[in-house]
Amino acid sequence: MECVFGMVGKGFALVVADTSAVNSILVHKSNEDKIMVLDSHKLMGASGEAGDRAQFTEYVQKNVALYQYRNGIPLTTKAAANFMRGELATALRKNPYMVNIVLAGFDRDTGPSLYFIDYIATLHKVDKAAFGYGSYFALSMMDRHYHQDMTVDEAIRLAEQCIEEIRSRLVVAPQNFVIKIVDEDGAREHSWRRTTRD
Amino acid sequence: MARYDRAITVFSPDGHLFQVEYALEAVRKGNAAVGVRGTDTIVLGVEKKSTVKLQDSRSVRKIVSLDDHIALACAGLKADARVLINRARIECQSHRLTVEDPVTVEYITRYIAGLQQKYTQSGGVRPFGLSTLIVGFDPYTGVPSLYQTDPSGTFSAWKANATGRNSNSMREFLEKNYKETSGQETIKLAIRALLEVVESGGKNIEVAVMTTEGLRQLEEAEIDAIVAEIEAEKAAAEAAKKAPAKET
Repeated sequence: MECVFGMVGKGFALVVADTSAVNSILVHKSNEDKIMVLDSHKLMGASGEAGDRAQFTEYVQKNVALYQYRNGIPLTTKAAANFMRGELATALRKNPYMVNIVLAGFDRDTGPSLYFIDYIATLHKVDKAAFGYGSYFALSMMDRHYHQDMTVDEAIRLAEQCIEEIRSRLVVAPQNFVIKIVDEDGAREHSWRRTTRD
Repeated sequence: MARYDRAITVFSPDGHLFQVEYALEAVRKGNAAVGVRGTDTIVLGVEKKSTVKLQDSRSVRKIVSLDDHIALACAGLKADARVLINRARIECQSHRLTVEDPVTVEYITRYIAGLQQKYTQSGGVRPFGLSTLIVGFDPYTGVPSLYQTDPSGTFSAWKANATGRNSNSMREFLEKNYKETSGQETIKLAIRALLEVVESGGKNIEVAVMTTEGLRQLEEAEIDAIVAEIEAEKAAAEAAKKAPAKET
């Protein structure tokens, strides 16, 4: 019942993820941060098998950092997305990572971008993306209300509408959500939407 | 003697590994490098040969970052340096990946020294022809450190050290003039040591300063300004020495 979605606005990109860590019928915790800050200007929201999620996202993060030390400049969002896709594709026919990723980044020359990367190494550059059962509701909501060049407030309101839809229509809806934003000033946590305290 | 210096894995009768000693010779021919540890600042300085007019100097960085909090300068074979630095950078990230913590300066120094030692005990390979100066702040205690490694694979911590060309003169100068310094004073001490053996001027030295905020490469103009300050101080000291003599 994990849910990750994201969208691109005017000069920024947003990633929203639920914060539940679940095993069968037990909720381990409801404040698990699934959106990793990949580097100063990239956010990676990941959902799927918890062990694979940690393993894959940390591996990508360290390799992105290594690239920066070796070459003196950070990877572009597009390059990071393709690197991830390559790693997923290589592992796919041996030992697949069960992780779905929404990658949001801001590059100085190309602006904000969003990438949809699923566990079988599909890569799409998109304006809005969603994973999980919540995607049925989030995508429909975004299809109806999303438009190009939204402001931060408009995008946050749309994200809230998606969260509301998920909360009311999904049978075992996640309790809390975290919203993170990336713009020219960098990647950072924006806010939480809670129904329970951990 | 000639029979014992071809292969690295062969000791000479008087206990020398000649290949390692020859590697140290290669280091002695490399550019001068100096490192000085202060209380809140660690400075690395390297000699820059200014004879190459057409070369884009930005592509030849002699002081490099291994991680956010660790920097390295070296003297000797630059191609060997590239390989060693690459391995060290990978190890810094690998350490972060496996234990979720940044490396300590001692850890990465031990790793680099370990790599250098490995190549003194294998068949068919030669040692890395470089000595490194590794600086950084301990990520947990904030204590500054300066370490040196050499082709034999030994390493140790220093308050200040020099390697490469004329390192003995620089080390002598440092032994005579070292005291606990901080901030700008540490930078001046490092540049003064380097100026003992290098032609004066901002375009002949590369200086980088490591603080808890990270590594900062000094601009040529900045270095020129400090060099001018040092020259002025030297001139004033000379004048002060001469003045009392005149009065008698």
